Amino acid sequence: MKRIVLTAAMIVAVATAANAQKIKGSDTVLPLSQKEAENYMKIDPSATITVTGGGSGVGISALIEGTTDIAQASRKMKFDEKQKMQKDGKKVREVIVAHDALAIIVNPANKVTNLTREQLEGIFTGKITNWKEVGGEDMKIVPYSRETSSGTYEFFKESVLRNRNYMNGIMSMPATGAIVQSISQTKGGIGYIGLAYLNESVKPIHVSYDGGQTFTEPSVANAKNGTYPIVRPLYYYYEAGAEGKVKPFIDYILSPAGQDTVREIGFITVD
Amino acid sequence: MEGILTVSGAVTTITILLIVVFLFREGFGLFKSPAVERGYLLCVNGDNPVRHLGPKDIKEVFDWEITDWSELGGPNEEIVPYRFEQIFDVYSDEELGEDYELLPEKLGEVIASTPGIIAFIPEQYVPEGMDGVKILRSDKITPADFFGGREWLPTATPAPQFGVLPLIMGTLWVSLFAILIALPLGLGVAIYLSELAGERMRKILKPTIELLAGIPSVVYGFFGLVVLVPLIQKTFSLPVGETAFAGSVILAIMALPTIITVAEDAMRNTPRAMREASLALGATHWQTIYRVVIPYAGSGISAAVVLGIGRAIGETMAVLMVTGNAAVMPHSLFEPVRTIPATIAAELGEAPVGGAHYQALFMLGCILFVITMIISVTAEAISKRQSNKGL
Repeated sequence: MKRIVLTAAMIVAVATAANAQKIKGSDTVLPLSQKEAENYMKIDPSATITVTGGGSGVGISALIEGTTDIAQASRKMKFDEKQKMQKDGKKVREVIVAHDALAIIVNPANKVTNLTREQLEGIFTGKITNWKEVGGEDMKIVPYSRETSSGTYEFFKESVLRNRNYMNGIMSMPATGAIVQSISQTKGGIGYIGLAYLNESVKPIHVSYDGGQTFTEPSVANAKNGTYPIVRPLYYYYEAGAEGKVKPFIDYILSPAGQDTVREIGFITVD
Repeated sequence: MEGILTVSGAVTTITILLIVVFLFREGFGLFKSPAVERGYLLCVNGDNPVRHLGPKDIKEVFDWEITDWSELGGPNEEIVPYRFEQIFDVYSDEELGEDYELLPEKLGEVIASTPGIIAFIPEQYVPEGMDGVKILRSDKITPADFFGGREWLPTATPAPQFGVLPLIMGTLWVSLFAILIALPLGLGVAIYLSELAGERMRKILKPTIELLAGIPSVVYGFFGLVVLVPLIQKTFSLPVGETAFAGSVILAIMALPTIITVAEDAMRNTPRAMREASLALGATHWQTIYRVVIPYAGSGISAAVVLGIGRAIGETMAVLMVTGNAAVMPHSLFEPVRTIPATIAAELGEAPVGGAHYQALFMLGCILFVITMIISVTAEAISKRQSNKGL
């Protein structure tokens, strides 16, 4: 009798362990993963999903070391990170779970509404320092950036600055909320935030990536139809060998119910 | 019993020593790291006479600020910065082979056919030994670059910039003004509490002031960001409110309880006999305070100041939120600055373990450790003088 109970307990333990997954990485994706995991665990009570943040790089290095099942990332896996995986004989799989648009924001009192990519590059690399150079008042430009640890920082650098470095001594804020707060207080401020954080206290800039022919307002609709240019995919990475374990959850996120949550959080659905 | 106490003492000491050793070992690893991102090399066309470039030159080349080889001692030829990812715009993954075994060859072709090229390539794909390809010698990061550099761009590719000077200056700058604000205020309150305040007043004031020390620093930071920063911006009509001044004011408030408590204790320790002797000689109450009590408590007051500075220099969260964190050399109080603790807190989470950025942050920790050690040794020496003085 005792033996049967013991075996049963062991089977249960093994079964739950198979259903336990760890997700780690980007703080941008964190609220989405948390919400999805919560909803998923309601549908499948046997599953336990633990979600932690720390940054895209942290998640990916955890995946390489095998301490997480899924790495959530707000940037594409770097070439050398892929190399490290390959060196260990593991193959990595990539799934895009949502898209996120970056909005460029200024103080509501600022008259400038349109900026081209080239002008933004000038502003964030320190070549353009006064608002009158881009059609505004005679006022100093104060660019705000995120800290270097943020995936948003890297994406903005790649997409808008074309890999050039930010100006030396740019204001860098520890969180997106702090950028919104500072720009709502600073008349000459300009910064970038995820679309989901956009609110009344700041004004979004219409951006042009074609040299000033068309300027597009950041909105979910514009990001979805492809007219708004500063959009990045949000990724899940997992090791090909663990596919059976993580697939049900990822399938859930990509299902209509999962994508409803994506919309709710303020991201853009993948379909 | 005695044995347990000895062991716990020994364990604590060893732990502290191990932490210090770890800190310095990780930190000094920085000077063994290559100036170009680890695992990558820079290649130029074989006909290019330039043999090596400093980290600053590399950064400026890839930012299109230096655009001609003649500025770097080479021929009159336009520089073409090339990141190896660009090869994927020309060739598909299939054309480069299963494990990218054709990648070096293709990269080699690009380099050999572009005279002004400087290519940033992962080590294992460097087209070694191919005609028309030359690998640039890679320098190590030098202490001169680190301590003398003025640019802090730790994630710049291909050559991160670890100029620590603005961070050190920022830290000292903010702390210096914090103490200049906190000192007169703190001393004033300490004198009032120990000499002038009535018993009831002191019973209310002292716990209130000590309560200040119990407020979490992130709350101070939040208060600073929402209340102080806009206030400073309006009052001085500045373009930004996140300035060294905001940091100094917040730090001053945070250092006040330490300064007040220690200074007040020192003053109250003035023996009754000395005060009474002074009064008996006809000195007024005020003369007694600044001729007898303050000189007697002098070393206690200095210790208060030094401890206050120590509190200010190591403070992280509040400063991170209100100073704007811009890594520039401070010129005035009304500009953003970046401090060492704020830098470590903001960046360590994402720095790859063992990389140059990680080591540079540990090196910053070493600098902070040395500064605070100097401060606590000074405090120790000062309070020793106090106990030796006697009556």
